[in-house]
Amino acid sequence: MTELLTAVSIGAGNGSVYALLALGFVIIYKAMSVISFAQPAFMLSGAVLVSHLSPRMGFVAAVVVGTIAIAVVALVVERVAVRPMVGKAVFVIAIITIGIDIVVRVVAGAFVGVDPRTIGDPWGLDVTTIGGVQVQHRHIAAFVVTGLVVALLFAFFRFTRMGLAMRATALDQEAAMAQGVDVGRVFAVSWALAGALAAIAGVFASAGNPIDQNLWIIALTALPVIILGGLDSLGGAVLGGLVIGIVQAVVSTYHSTWFPFLDTNSGAIVPYILMLLVLLVRPQGLFGTKEVERV
Amino acid sequence: MTATQHEPGRTGRDSDAPASTKPRRRWGRPTLYTSYGQEMALLNTRAKQLGVLAIIAVAAYLPLTLEDDLLALLGTGLVLAIGAIGLNLLIGYAGQVSLGHAFFVGVGAYTAAVLAGDPDGRYLGFGVSEAPVWIVAAGVVAALFGVVVAPLATRLRGLYLAVVTLGLVFIGQYFFAEWREMSGGPGIGRESAVPVVLGNDLTRDGAYTEEQKLFWLFLVVLVIMALLGRNIARSRIGRAFAAVRDRDIAAGVMGVELGRYKLIAFTISSFFAGVCGSLLYAASGQFSPEQFGLLLSVQFIAMVLIGGVATISGSIMGALLISMLPRLSSELPGFLPFVSSSPTDHPNVFEVEVGLYGALIVAFLLFEPRGLFGIWLRIRTYWKSFPFSY
Repeated sequence: MTELLTAVSIGAGNGSVYALLALGFVIIYKAMSVISFAQPAFMLSGAVLVSHLSPRMGFVAAVVVGTIAIAVVALVVERVAVRPMVGKAVFVIAIITIGIDIVVRVVAGAFVGVDPRTIGDPWGLDVTTIGGVQVQHRHIAAFVVTGLVVALLFAFFRFTRMGLAMRATALDQEAAMAQGVDVGRVFAVSWALAGALAAIAGVFASAGNPIDQNLWIIALTALPVIILGGLDSLGGAVLGGLVIGIVQAVVSTYHSTWFPFLDTNSGAIVPYILMLLVLLVRPQGLFGTKEVERV
Repeated sequence: MTATQHEPGRTGRDSDAPASTKPRRRWGRPTLYTSYGQEMALLNTRAKQLGVLAIIAVAAYLPLTLEDDLLALLGTGLVLAIGAIGLNLLIGYAGQVSLGHAFFVGVGAYTAAVLAGDPDGRYLGFGVSEAPVWIVAAGVVAALFGVVVAPLATRLRGLYLAVVTLGLVFIGQYFFAEWREMSGGPGIGRESAVPVVLGNDLTRDGAYTEEQKLFWLFLVVLVIMALLGRNIARSRIGRAFAAVRDRDIAAGVMGVELGRYKLIAFTISSFFAGVCGSLLYAASGQFSPEQFGLLLSVQFIAMVLIGGVATISGSIMGALLISMLPRLSSELPGFLPFVSSSPTDHPNVFEVEVGLYGALIVAFLLFEPRGLFGIWLRIRTYWKSFPFSY
C-alpha cells in the first residue's frame, strides 16, 4: 500500500508537469487549431535559462524572469515563423513548428554544457513522510504550483477581456473578428502563454536532477495527454496529465512484478499505449468536442 | 460490382485516345502535348523521356568517377529516396500525416537482417542471403504492419493521426530494444543484411569496390521503386488518394471508399519504408534500435517537404539533399570560423547539421512550399518563356 501511495505521489508530481505542458498545447490548439510541436524546445530552453539565471538572482526570481523570457521567445517565433502561415493547411503549420522545435532545441542544447547543471531549486531530493508515505518535496511543489497556475489561468479565461476574446476566437474565429476581437493578438497571447507554461514545466521536470539534453522527450509525453483529455479541453488537459502521470508511475513501480518477461521498464511507453486504448473507444478523447463534419 | 463500375475514369478518353492516333510531336516544341493519353502517360514528352534516360545514365556512370566516400553518401541518399517516395505517397498524395515512418523503416531493417542473418550467429538469423528475396520480404512485412496500424488511421484525421503515429515510433523503439535476440539491444545493435546478388557478395571488393557495387544495386532498386511509385500516383489509386487528400467528405460522396484507400496508402507507404530499411544499413553493416527514433521520421518529412510534396522526383531530390547535409555541414568550419568541428565545443558541426534540418524545413515552407521541385519548375518556366519573365 505504501509502495502504491509513493508511486501515486510521484505520479501526481510528474503528472503536474505533463498538465502544464498539455495546457500549452491546448491553448495553442484552441486559438489556431494547430498542435505546436515547438513546446518541447520551449520547455528545454526554459530549464536551461533558469539554470543560468538562478546562481545570479536566486531561484524564485530566476523562474519568474526565465518564464517571461521564454514567453517573449515564443512571441517572436509566432510572429516570425507562424503568423505568415496563417490560413495554410494545419499540417503545414504543424510541420513548421517541428522545424522551429529542432532549431530552438539545438540552440538551447548548446547552453547545457558538459558539466552537470542544476536549476538551483531549493527542494533537491528532500522527502517528507506523510502517514508512512515518503513524498518528495519537488513533487509537492510541482503539484501546488500547477494548481495555482491552473486556477490563475481559468480565472484569466473567465474574468478578463483578453480571456473572453480568446474563448470567442476558439469558438468561431470569423465571428470573433466581426465582433472586433483582434485575432492576431489572440494568437500572440496564446503562444506567449504556452511558452511560459512550458518554461515552468521545464523547471519542475528538471528539479532535483541535472539538466540533460533529452529533457524535451518528457514534453512529448504531453501529446498522449492532450489526446487522452481531448485536444480542445483545458480541464481534460489537467486531468489527463494527472491520470497519465499516475498510471505511468504505478506501472514503472510494479513493472517487474507485472511484466517479468520485459527487461526494460515499460513506464516510458505507457502514455502512448494508454492513448491508443482511449482512441480506439473515443476518437475525440475523454472531454474533447466531437468533430462535426459539415459539407 | 463489376469491373467497369469500378473504373469510371477508363471509359471514354483514356482508352480510345492514344493507341490509334499517335500524338503528334513537333520539333521546336519539346514540352508540348496534345492528347489526354499523353497527359496521363508516365513520361509525356520526348524531352522528358530523354531527360530521365540521361539522368539514369549519368547516375549509372557516377561510380566510375567519384570518390568512394562520396559514393557511399550518395548511395545512402538513393536508399533514403525510396523511403521518401513512400512517405510522399502517404503525406503528399493521400494527405495522411504520419510521424511513424521510422518505425516501418525499422521493421524492414530488422526483417532483412533476421532473414539474411547467420543461422549460427549471435542473433536471430535464417541465412536467406539473396538480396532480392529479403528486400521484397522486408517490404511485405513492413506493409503487414502498415495494415495493422491503418484501422487506427481510418478512425482519425489530421493531427490526431500525427500524434498517434508519433506514439508508434516510441512503442516500436521500445520493442526493438527489448527483443535483444533479434536486435542486439540498445547501444549494441546487430549486423545488417549483407546484400548478395546471384551469389556475389556485393560488400567484398573485387573488380569494383564495395561502394561502387552497392551504389549500382541501390540505383536499380530506386529506379524500380520510383517507377512503381509514379505508376501508383498516376493510376486510379493515385487519383483516389488525391481526392481523399483534397476533401475527404467530397471523395466519399463521389464513391471513393475512404477506409479502403487510407488502408492502401498506409500499406504502400510501409512497403516502401520496409524496402528502404532493408538496404539502409547495408553500407555501414551495423545498426541499433536507437536509429529508428523521432529524428529519422522528421528527416523523412524534411525530405518530402524540401523535395516537393506530391512529386516523386522531388522526393528523390530531397533525399539526396538531406543525405548530403552531414557532408555539407562538415565543410562549414572552413567557411565559418565560429563553427567548431569538435563535439565538445559549441556551436559544433553536429548541432549545425541537426539545426539545418529544422531551418531548411521552416525556410522551404515559408518561401518555397513546392520544394526543390518548385525551384525546378521556376527554372523551367523561366527558360520556356525566355525573353518574357511571366
